[in-house]
Amino acid sequence: MEILVCVKRVPDSAENEIEVKGDGSDIKRDDLVYSVNEWDNYAVEEAIQIVDRSGGSVTVVTIGSEDSEEVVRREMAMGANNGLMLVDPAFEGSDGRGIAAILKAAVQKGTYDLVLCGAQADDGAAQVGGMLAALLDWPYASLVNKIEVQDGKKIKIGREIEGGNQEINEIELPCVLSIQTGINEPRYVGIRGIRKVASVEIPVLNAAALGVDAAAVGKAGARVKRLDYFVPQAGAGAEMLQGSTDEIAAKLIDLLKAKGGLK
Amino acid sequence: MQPALVSPASASFLGIPAVFIYILIPLIGIGVFAYIMRRRIEPLLKAAPDHRFTRYPERVRAVLKIWLAQWRHPRYLLAGILHIVVFFGFLTLAARSTQLVILGFVDGFSLPGFGGAFGHFYSAAKDYAGTAVFGSAVILAVRRLAFKPARYDVPERYGKDHTPEAILVLGLICTLLVSESLFDASLVAAQAAAGQPAHWLPPLTLGWFFRHLLAGASTAALQGIHLAAYTIHDLTFFFFLCFLPMGKHFHVITSIFNVFFMRLDHGNVKPVRHGVDESKLDELKSFGVKTFEDFTWKHMLDFYSCADCGRCSDRCPANRVKRPLSPRFISIKARDCCFKLYPLWGRTQEESKALIGSIYSEDEIWSCTTCGACEQECPLGIEYIDKMVDLRRGMVDEGMVPQSLQKPLSALEKRGNPWGKLEKKRVDWIAGVGEGCRVKLFEKGEAAETLYFVDSITSYDDRMQKVAQATARILCAAGVDFGVLGKDEKDSGHEVRRFGEEMLFQTLKEQNTEAIKAAEVKRIVTADPHAYNALEKDYSGLPPVQHISEVIVDAVRSGRLTLTPGDNGSKTYTYHDPCYLGRHNALYDLPRQAIDAIPGIRRAEMTGDCRDRSFCCGGGGLMLFYEPEEEQRMGVVRVKMAQEAGADVIITACPFCLVNIEDAIKVAGLEGRMEAIDLCELIDRHIQR
Amino acid sequence: MAAQVFAFILHKDGQADDSALELVAAAKKIFPDASPIAIVAGAGAGLETVCREAAASYKEVWKFANDALAYPNAEVIRPLLLKVLPKGCVLLLPHTTFGMDLGPGLAIKMDAVFVPDVVAFDGLDGATLKVVRQEFNGQASTHLACDISKGALLSLRSGCFAPEESRSAAGQVVDKSAEAGGLSARRRFVEVVQAEVGDVDITKEDVLVSVGRGFGDKENLPIAEDLAKTMGAVVSCSRPVVDAKWLDKGRQVGTSGKTVKPKVYLALGISGSFQHMGGLKGNPFIVAVNKNPKAPIFQVANVGVVADVLEFVPELTEKIKEAK
Repeated sequence: MEILVCVKRVPDSAENEIEVKGDGSDIKRDDLVYSVNEWDNYAVEEAIQIVDRSGGSVTVVTIGSEDSEEVVRREMAMGANNGLMLVDPAFEGSDGRGIAAILKAAVQKGTYDLVLCGAQADDGAAQVGGMLAALLDWPYASLVNKIEVQDGKKIKIGREIEGGNQEINEIELPCVLSIQTGINEPRYVGIRGIRKVASVEIPVLNAAALGVDAAAVGKAGARVKRLDYFVPQAGAGAEMLQGSTDEIAAKLIDLLKAKGGLK
Repeated sequence: MQPALVSPASASFLGIPAVFIYILIPLIGIGVFAYIMRRRIEPLLKAAPDHRFTRYPERVRAVLKIWLAQWRHPRYLLAGILHIVVFFGFLTLAARSTQLVILGFVDGFSLPGFGGAFGHFYSAAKDYAGTAVFGSAVILAVRRLAFKPARYDVPERYGKDHTPEAILVLGLICTLLVSESLFDASLVAAQAAAGQPAHWLPPLTLGWFFRHLLAGASTAALQGIHLAAYTIHDLTFFFFLCFLPMGKHFHVITSIFNVFFMRLDHGNVKPVRHGVDESKLDELKSFGVKTFEDFTWKHMLDFYSCADCGRCSDRCPANRVKRPLSPRFISIKARDCCFKLYPLWGRTQEESKALIGSIYSEDEIWSCTTCGACEQECPLGIEYIDKMVDLRRGMVDEGMVPQSLQKPLSALEKRGNPWGKLEKKRVDWIAGVGEGCRVKLFEKGEAAETLYFVDSITSYDDRMQKVAQATARILCAAGVDFGVLGKDEKDSGHEVRRFGEEMLFQTLKEQNTEAIKAAEVKRIVTADPHAYNALEKDYSGLPPVQHISEVIVDAVRSGRLTLTPGDNGSKTYTYHDPCYLGRHNALYDLPRQAIDAIPGIRRAEMTGDCRDRSFCCGGGGLMLFYEPEEEQRMGVVRVKMAQEAGADVIITACPFCLVNIEDAIKVAGLEGRMEAIDLCELIDRHIQR
Repeated sequence: MAAQVFAFILHKDGQADDSALELVAAAKKIFPDASPIAIVAGAGAGLETVCREAAASYKEVWKFANDALAYPNAEVIRPLLLKVLPKGCVLLLPHTTFGMDLGPGLAIKMDAVFVPDVVAFDGLDGATLKVVRQEFNGQASTHLACDISKGALLSLRSGCFAPEESRSAAGQVVDKSAEAGGLSARRRFVEVVQAEVGDVDITKEDVLVSVGRGFGDKENLPIAEDLAKTMGAVVSCSRPVVDAKWLDKGRQVGTSGKTVKPKVYLALGISGSFQHMGGLKGNPFIVAVNKNPKAPIFQVANVGVVADVLEFVPELTEKIKEAK
C-alpha cells in the first residue's frame, strides 16, 4: 500500500511553557523546542506497521520551511521510506483550508492508496484531514484508533468516540484517516537513527511545482484570520473558599455546575 | 614379596591385561573432554572483543583473593564454609586423582616430589580432605533435599527444578571419594590380613572407616573391591570431567579464568564495542547485544561459570520486589541458549535468534536498577551491569523503548533534563539559598575554583531544590569558592547511558565537558552520586571530582566547619548507602564520618544490609519514569529494614534515594513514625553560624 | 444578517444530547435576529421523540428520517446536509467526535468558513464574526475573525455556552425526509464496541475526582467513589495511591501515570507534586481540598478548600445529592 502521512512541526508545549508576547502578535518562540506533532508520530508508526505487514511504502510530507526538515528526517529515521517537503513563501499564513489545498496538490502528484494525518496539532483545530478528504473527494474517518487492512479495496477501522467506546467502520480506499494517539506504541528514534538518515535526499516542491494557485493559499487566501493571542485573566493561586462547610459546599456546587463538573 | 593384592596395572580381565582398559578410559575421557571443550570454546571465538589482557598484577591479586582465598564465600556463612571445604578438598585431591589415573598403567606410580616425607604428609592430608569433602557433600545434599534454601528455587517460568543436577553431582563426588577410599582401604585390609606392612590410614577418615569395615573380608572379596573401586573411580573421574562442561559445574574449570578476567573497576560501563573509539561510534552497523554472539567472550565465559548458587538473585532488589528479573537466570538462560546454539553433536545453528523476545523479555531487562548488588555478591566474578546495558543498547537500536521512557529521553535531547523544563529554570533554586551565601554563575562569566555540579533532579524538583540550597550553604560555610553552570549544565546522562541510549549520552557528555572546561575550575563537587559516578567514570579530561561528604569531613577536620549538637539521642538515625556512592565508589566511611561529626547524634546500622550489602532504594535517573511490574516498591522494603534497625530517621546522600524513600514512607504508612533526610540537609541544620 | 442559522442535534436512544440546548443558546446570542433551525437526522420511533424535544427549544425542527441514518455516520450525513442546507447559511455543531468527523469536510463542500472548537463569541460586526479559540493545549487563547457572508460552519466546545433551559419555543417539526433521497457513502458503519466495564479510561473523562494520600486508608476510598458517582465523574488518583494498591495503575494521573485533560479536576488529599500535576493537561478547572494550607496544589488550583477530605467530601456529596 502506498501511504502518505502528513506531519507538522510544532512547539513542545508539554511543560506549560507557552507564553504570549506583550503585543499579542504571537506566542514567545525564542525558548521553545520543536518536534513532530505527537498525533502525526502515531500516524507514521501506524503507516510503517501497515507497510511492514502488507508491503508498499510510506512517504512523509510536511509544509513549512527548511526548519521542518528535521521533522521529516526523524520520521524517516523511524522507518518512513520517503520524505517530501512543500516549501514556498506563498504558503505562509495559510488557514486550514489553505493547508488542505497544498496537501491535495501533493497527494495528486503521487498515487497513494491511503493518506494519514494526526487527529489534531498544536492549534487543536483537527480540521486539515477532513478538509483534505473533501477536496480530494475521498471518504474520511477521524480519530482512528485501529486499522485493519482487508483486501485492496477497503479497510476496517475503529474510531474513538465518547465514553471510551470504539465505532467500527468499513471504509473504501483510497481514503483519508486522521489518527488518534494510543493507536499503537511508536518505536523510539534516537540520535543514532537520525544520523543514519542524515544524508538521504528529501525533495522540496514549491507552489509552482505543485501547481497550487498562490492566491488560494497563504495569508492571501485565508478566510479565518487570527487577530491576536491572549491569556484570559487568571487568579493568582487558588481562590480559597471561606465560611462554614455548608457555605463552602454550596459555593463549590455552583462553581462545578458552571464549569460542567456536574452531570 | 608378593603384593597383598593385584594392582590395577597388573590385573587382567578375562585374559586381557587391564592396562588396556586403564589406558583406554583416560584416552577416551580426555578425547571426549577435549572435543567438548572445543565446542564450548567455539562461540567465544565468534564473540565480541573484550580487552582483559591488561593490569596483570591486579588480576593475580583478584585470583588469590577471590578464587583461592574464596573471599566472598563466607558472606553466606554455612554454604560458604562448606564450599571452602569442598574447594580446598578438590585442590588437595587433584594430585591424588592424577596419580590414580596413571596407576592404571604404571604400577606403583607416584608423582615426582610425592615420595618420602612429603608423600606421607600429603597422604594424610588428602585422606582428611576427602573425608571432609564427603561430610560436606552429605550436608549439602541434606540441605538441598530437606531444607531447600529459597535462593535455589526455580520459579515456574524458568523451567524445571535444578535439584536433580545438584544431587547428581554430589553423588558423583561422593562416588569418587568413596571409591578412592575403598581402593586404599581394601589394600590396607589385605596387607594387614597378610601380615604385611600396611600403609597407615589416618584415624576417622573414610579410608580408616572402610578399612575397619573390611577387616573380616576375604582376600578374593578385597581383590574384587580393590579393582572395582579403581575402575569405578577411573570411570567416574572421566565421566565427571566430561560432565563438568555440561552444566553449572563448568565453573570448576572456568572459575579461575573467570576471576582472572573479572571486572576490576566499579561503576563504569563498557564501551559499545571494545576497540572502537567513542568518536567512531557512528560507523558501527549495530549497537548493543541483540543475538548471542553479540556478547563479549568474557560475558560468555560468565554464562559458563555460573554455579547457579542464587546469591545474586537473593540480593537483587528487583528480584526481591518480584519484578520479572532474576540475575541468576539471566546467566542460566543464556548458558542454556548457548548450549542449544552450539550443540555437542549436530551443526551449529546458522542464524542466531534475537535474545529479546526469546530467552529474555523487554521488561526483564528494563527492570534492572544497576545497583551492583549481584556483581558484589558473585563468588565467581560474574558481571551483570554491562550485559544489561548492552542488551538495552540493542533494544534502543531497534526502537524497542517503553513509551514511559521515550518522553524523558526526548526531553533530555531537547532540553537537557528529563522533565523537559526550560534550561533557564535550572537556577531557580538559587533564590532560596538565603542571605550571606553567594552562588556564582559560570553561565554569566563569573569565575570560581570549584564547580558545584547540581544535575537535573536537584535543580528542578521542588523537594530536591532544598538539598541544593543546603549544599550551597554548606559550601559557603566551609569557605569554598564555588559556582554552578546554570543553564549550561545538562543532565549528567548517567542513566541515559545505562539505559542504552549511548549517543544521547555522548551528546550530553560533550555539552557538559565543554561547559566545565570553559568554567576553568580546579575541582568539581557534587551531592548527587549518579552525577559523581558519571563525572568520575564516564567522563574524561575533567578536574578531580569530590562528593560533598568529602568536603564536609575535610572542613570539619580542619576546623572550618563546626557542627552544633544534635538532639542528643532522642532520635535514632540510620544511614542508607546509596548504590552509586557505596558499592560503585566505595565511599562508605566519609558520609558516616560526616554524620558522626554532629555531637551527640545516635546512629544505628542496618546490619547485614549496609555498606556493600545496601539495598537499592528503587533506582534513579530514568528509572523514576519507568513503570515496572512489581509487587511492592524497593523503597518500602528498605524503609522496613530501617524500621527493624530501630531507626526514626533515614539519612541518605542521594536525591533519588530521598525521593524513593520519602515516597516509600508514605506508602508504607509510616508517616509520622519515620522520616527521611538528606545528608546535606542534616549537616546544614547543624552548622554553627 | 439575513442568513439562516442551523444547529445539528445529536441524539441517542430517543434523547437529545445536552449540546442541543447549548447550541440554541449560542445561536441566539450571536444572531439575536435569527431563529435557529434544528436539524435532527435518524431513524425509528425515537426520532420523533427527539424532534418533539427539540421543538421545545427551537422554533423550527427539520426532521430527516431514513434507515441509512439510523446510526450517525458523518459520511452519510455530510452529503445530506449539503443537499438540504441553503447556501450561505450558518451551521452550528457540537465539537464532539461526530462534529470533528463531519465539520471540516462539510465546510469545504459548502465552501463555507470553518471554525472548530469555539469557546466564546466576541461579536458580530456586519458579516465579520469574531470568536475565541484556544491553542497549545489551552495555554493560549486567540481572537479570530472571519467573513461569514458566504456561510459558516462553527463547532462549539461543550461547557462553554450556558444551555438555554427555558424550553419555551413551542416549535414546529417539519418532516423533510423526502429530500433525503438516496443516501449512500463510501464508509459503512459496522458496530460500536463498548469500553470494557470496569476498564475505565481516565484519559477520556471530562470530570475526575482524584484521590491522594490524604485519604489515609484504602477503606476510605468509598467516600470518593460516592462523590464521583453523584457527580457523574470517574475516580482517578496520584501515584502513592497506586503504590499502596488502593487503586490500579490505570487510575493514576501523573508523569509516570496517565495524562488527562478533563474539564474539571477535583484534587482531594493530593499535595500537588509536580510529577502528579505533570499528568494534568489542558486548562481544567481545579478544585483542591487538602488539610495543609501550604500544599503546593493550592498554587495551581482555581479553587481551594482547607479541610480534612474525610470530613469535607461526604458533606459535599450530600449537598450535591440535595441539589439534584
